[in-house]
Amino acid sequence: MKLKQLEGLLGSLEQFYNPKIELEQYPTGSHVASRMLYTAENSFGDVTNKVVADFGCGCGTLGIAAALLGAQHVVGLDIDAESLEIASENADELELDMEFVQCDIRNLRWEGQIIDTVVMNPPFGTRRKGADMDFLCVALKVASEAVYSLHKTTTREHVRRTALRDCHASSAEVLFELRYDVPHLYKFHKKKEVDIAVDLWRFVPKKNR
Amino acid sequence: MRLLTHNMLSSNIKGVTNGFPLRIEVEKVVEKSVDFNPDFLKNMLAKIEYKALVEASRIMGYAELPDHAEPSMLESDDFLRKFHHALMELHLEEGTLVCPQTGRKFPVNKGVPNMLLHEDEV
Repeated sequence: MKLKQLEGLLGSLEQFYNPKIELEQYPTGSHVASRMLYTAENSFGDVTNKVVADFGCGCGTLGIAAALLGAQHVVGLDIDAESLEIASENADELELDMEFVQCDIRNLRWEGQIIDTVVMNPPFGTRRKGADMDFLCVALKVASEAVYSLHKTTTREHVRRTALRDCHASSAEVLFELRYDVPHLYKFHKKKEVDIAVDLWRFVPKKNR
Repeated sequence: MRLLTHNMLSSNIKGVTNGFPLRIEVEKVVEKSVDFNPDFLKNMLAKIEYKALVEASRIMGYAELPDHAEPSMLESDDFLRKFHHALMELHLEEGTLVCPQTGRKFPVNKGVPNMLLHEDEV
């Protein structure tokens, strides 16, 4: 599948009707999502025929992108039932077979080493401090091959340090910097739209944990 | 929820040391066909808890999987197809997952398990 085609399909997905600010619910735009998964597969082979988990899947954009690129089994995890409803509908619309689990990432207990790749657009930690690192640490425990994640460019050194020192990453690489469109979603947003600089990271977990 | 997902889920209640596998109580099973991918299946056999899969598939109404699996069985197309069916094509649409240690029930609705804990379980 070509990048443009992937981007087009992702752009047709339903997004949050009633986003919850305390969960930092923001849609992952099709531009960012398509590039993230396309790179994961074309540069690293981390998607096709793999088992992929989408942490904090929201409306399912990243997991759906993984399924469209031929992941064999995709599981989306989120704490919010409404988002999971939308995500299920999105997957059905595209006739994709995607699994969902409702849970809190912080007390997820996952058995075995079945998940190859975790993809995520985690909360940035603007509402609940440290949320981004919570997600990253759990992702690195669960993934056996790689974790792809988005974090604000302004937090780059903090992310690198925490990943390597506290979350048992054997490597942490910024693949590229992207502009993330944040649309006017919440009442406190003053501007119509704002561009945030985000880094797309690839982390590799330490083996033999 | 297909059984590959069930094979990854464990009871996450505080203090539980024996939370896997979750016991399945069936209300509705749905079968959804998935393309047969032998390479993927061979890879999975080494990674999953086979015994948990056999037990779960029987509860879901599919009794074709042998009790034990050996690597040589991966050469058998017949075995691979049964393994494929159990692992990938049987879905628990409605039912419950039960913690083997505490008996706590986690509901499954429209194929989605709800693993959210109450405050005292965290």
